[in-house]
Amino acid sequence: MTSAGNWIKSVGLGILAAGSVIALTATPAKAQGPLTVLCGVQEEWCKAIAVAFEKKTGTAVAMSRKSAGEALAQIRAESANPKTDVWWGGPGDPHLQAAEEGLTLAYESPQFADLQPWAQSQYKQSQGRSVGIYAGALGFVYNTELLAKRKISAPKCWADLLRPEFKEEIQIANPNASGTAYTALATLVQVLGEDGAFDYLKKLNDNVNQYTKSGSAPAAAVARSETLVGIIFMHDGINQKVNGFPVDVAAPCEGTGYEIGSVSIIKGTKNLDTAKAFYEFALSPEGQATGAETKQFQMPSNRKAAIPPEAPKLEAIRMIDYNFQKFGTAEERKRLLSRWDAEIKAVAK
Amino acid sequence: MPGPQKFAGDVMRPRSAVWLALGWVGFALLPWFAGSGTQPALAPPSPGPAGSALIDGLTNGRWWLLAAALPLILALVATALPRLHARQPAILLASGAFGLAWVAAQGFAIGLNGWAWGWLGALFGPLPLGQGGFGAGAALTALSFLFLMTNGFAGLGFMKGDRFTAGAIGLVLAAIAAFVFLPVGYVLSGAGDTGSGAFSAAALWSRLAAPDIWRLSCLTEAKACGVVWNSVFLAVMTGIATTLLGLAFALVAVRTGFRAKKLLRVLTVLPIITPPFVISLAVILLFGRNGTVTLALADWFGIPVSRWIYGLPGVLLTQTLAFTPISFLVMIGVVQGIGPSLEEAAQTLRASRWVTFRTVTWPLMRPGVANAFLISFIESLADFGNPLILGGNFEVLSTKIYFAVVGAQNDPGRAAALGIILLCMCLGAFWVQRQWLGKKSYATVGGKGDNGIPSQLPRGIKIAAYATALPWAAFTFVLYGLILFGGFTENWGRNNSLTLRHYLAAFDLSWGPGGLIWSGRAWGSLFTTIEVAALSAPLTAAVGLLTAYLLVRQRFKGQGAFEFLTMLSFAIPGTVIGISYILAFNQPPIELTGTVTILIVCFVFRNMPVSIRAGVAAMSQIDRSLDECSLTLGAGSVQTIRRVILPLLRPAIVASLVYSFVRAITSISAVIFLVSPKYELATAYIVGRVEQGDFGLAIAYSSALIVLMSVVIALIQLLVGERRIGRRTATPVTLQEKPV
Repeated sequence: MTSAGNWIKSVGLGILAAGSVIALTATPAKAQGPLTVLCGVQEEWCKAIAVAFEKKTGTAVAMSRKSAGEALAQIRAESANPKTDVWWGGPGDPHLQAAEEGLTLAYESPQFADLQPWAQSQYKQSQGRSVGIYAGALGFVYNTELLAKRKISAPKCWADLLRPEFKEEIQIANPNASGTAYTALATLVQVLGEDGAFDYLKKLNDNVNQYTKSGSAPAAAVARSETLVGIIFMHDGINQKVNGFPVDVAAPCEGTGYEIGSVSIIKGTKNLDTAKAFYEFALSPEGQATGAETKQFQMPSNRKAAIPPEAPKLEAIRMIDYNFQKFGTAEERKRLLSRWDAEIKAVAK
Repeated sequence: MPGPQKFAGDVMRPRSAVWLALGWVGFALLPWFAGSGTQPALAPPSPGPAGSALIDGLTNGRWWLLAAALPLILALVATALPRLHARQPAILLASGAFGLAWVAAQGFAIGLNGWAWGWLGALFGPLPLGQGGFGAGAALTALSFLFLMTNGFAGLGFMKGDRFTAGAIGLVLAAIAAFVFLPVGYVLSGAGDTGSGAFSAAALWSRLAAPDIWRLSCLTEAKACGVVWNSVFLAVMTGIATTLLGLAFALVAVRTGFRAKKLLRVLTVLPIITPPFVISLAVILLFGRNGTVTLALADWFGIPVSRWIYGLPGVLLTQTLAFTPISFLVMIGVVQGIGPSLEEAAQTLRASRWVTFRTVTWPLMRPGVANAFLISFIESLADFGNPLILGGNFEVLSTKIYFAVVGAQNDPGRAAALGIILLCMCLGAFWVQRQWLGKKSYATVGGKGDNGIPSQLPRGIKIAAYATALPWAAFTFVLYGLILFGGFTENWGRNNSLTLRHYLAAFDLSWGPGGLIWSGRAWGSLFTTIEVAALSAPLTAAVGLLTAYLLVRQRFKGQGAFEFLTMLSFAIPGTVIGISYILAFNQPPIELTGTVTILIVCFVFRNMPVSIRAGVAAMSQIDRSLDECSLTLGAGSVQTIRRVILPLLRPAIVASLVYSFVRAITSISAVIFLVSPKYELATAYIVGRVEQGDFGLAIAYSSALIVLMSVVIALIQLLVGERRIGRRTATPVTLQEKPV
């Protein structure tokens, strides 16, 4: 008995030892690159652009996906001794904030002239510390199966969302938590005026079943038929559609806001030349094509880049002249959010 | 010189001499600063590889490093000169304390680019040189100073002159100071930060007293209550539910003739080895508005479809699923450990089974019940993943803190204030538990023999235990069946045709010209995860059980405060820990960000409290007379621990090894800020998949992790073994039971 027990024990030890040896020696699978990038888009795209950059330049990229808020919090915390070289992707707002706080580095790309005007405006507003790489418009995502079953017509305008048949069927993120929802709040203020926007949101509150915490969560909920309609960035909805869910997207007829996905070089990077090379690659048509290759359908910022056929046509969407300057400041943000807290959150169930 | 004086000195000298020698090695031979990461920032660049403090101090002008030689020389003189024997402890104490203080002070005062604080420059003039983070040399020297100091204390008669105990207390305190206090201090000092770096009491007060934290409007009108009340209510409910379930499982497993005990254990352990989000996802897919169960109920019984799962009920359900196993792990050690003698005595005195249970068994289980409740309560307060997915409009503190940091508000000061509140709540729970347990003795594992047959449960309790445990086990089983199945379906919930593509995407292997290529997307994070978990688990268990030993077996001044300190890191939500670790360990003197070490350290100190609790619960059952026996027979503390206490602590060792290994694999909130592109962890990767809506790969990866953890848990059980305290199976009792 005891010898059998000992035998089992030694086999067990052997397996553990072998396991740890494998774990320690198999590390070549991990990237050992000198360039460290925080990535704000979906993980496939992060991986794809890292691989494409490595193939082109031979420089390995260590890439980690972070939500915009997480990335900003990390860059801020590291500011005394940065460990990150480039922050690539994610909405332009937090990139502007990083620029305002002096966390990122001004740099002008030779490809600047090729960029769309909205991408250039991100550059100007950030004093050259950030530039647009893609744009995504705000819109609705809805579940086509459920709509057909209930014989409800798809929402086309902001006003449609107040219709009684959408009672407790709409999801949008909490603007305190999500940049997407803050963009929606700022958009409504610009479309309807501030008081009009809060009136609208109070009425909308009856139809909202949940203020989610993550901006793209309503898209996933619509895809799983947990709710009828979600207010999201349209490419998040298209992504669910491409994944095989019965959803479709629409842009509100009164006009809508958008995000400018951006790239910034971190101030204090120890790999400035490689960081610049990555920045250039992210702006090049070749680098921007990696998005569509991984089913990400944002609008590329380089005019020479191919536009994926699935991408929402920005020309067909009524875009408002979104005032990033005003609504990007910490002051305005705090004011709108506390008004939202007082007037909307306080009456939410 | 013969005599007792010399004897004492001889015993003391070698041990202190070893530490002193190590101190010299750290000072004169090992590189004082860490790796190359900080080299570029050092000015002027040091010639050749980073040298020891001695070399660097002499050749590079970092004169302040040389001051560490003073206490080393002092200690050397005290150890070497026989004339100083009587004074030796005092000298060791003084030199150790001074050395430790100097190493820490110069580390904090002189940063990468000279003085760390402006006023130092104003006082002493500008400093042209900076320095990097502590390396091996600094760490070894500091450790040597620490132990010289504690040896000095012991020599002066503290802890009855027991150097091991004094050293252990010193080590645990120093570790807690460096890896809990320092980082948490960084965050909390931000609670009164006005945004410009200045502290303001008014800002702190307005944050602490904000109405959305404390309002009670849900009682009087149809509005949401303050976030504190939500959290407390949820945590109490979860605590009660998990404690009852854990108790039921423990009773069924230990005190009944239930046949499939092994299966029961496996089933209850499953939720703990499940990565976050997965239980929530499975619950949504079962009970969501479009869930399998919901639709079936609507079809068969006409129960209207609703979204009840989003909010308090859903979070409560998933938390109960997730934390029942922890409570079970704590309870089973306690239930097993109850010696039958007292129960037999009660029955001999003609107490019925019920009276025995109520007056003997139940009071003896109180440490287990209290500890299980405390752990579930605090886990629930700190839980982040489940409220995130299922919370709906039900807000709790942990998510609120997270979004105060990363959300559109971007207000770390508010997060810190909420963190203080959360901390106070956990400490309050801890205090209440202490009051309830009181100062009674719960020791039933003594040196005296007993017949070793646990008594049977009263009928009512037995039925209740079965009725609670079995349906819950069945529920868990169904949930896991679905999760495993989900990894093999094309698109769970929509297209249930079978496929292997998710597993291939994650764990593909291929042969290239250079040999095997780990081409799957999950391999990188999987290897890091295993490495981190395998390194942190034994460390956590060791630190935790050592602390438990100090708490239960030793008596010293300030023990209550010491216990309180060790529980701190558990009470702090992971998100706060993550942010605080970045703030504290991104720059010298302790520079860890972007390394694998920061992940390991974070896990060790985050999971240590559970290991302590398990150890305390198990150790308070073992009678002190066993230690005293061993000590009387001439064994020292170390030998007593190794030969007597450790073998009796096997369940606690298993519990803490398993818990820390598993938590290192499954936790997310603490590490989301700490994973670096080079060291990505499995959970961080899976969360990304979930966000993307790619449930297939998330579930496939999670299933693989579940299988991996099951294998490791089985191995740990096998290697550590069961404790043998002469309990036999209960069958003889049932045979002897006379027909009434």
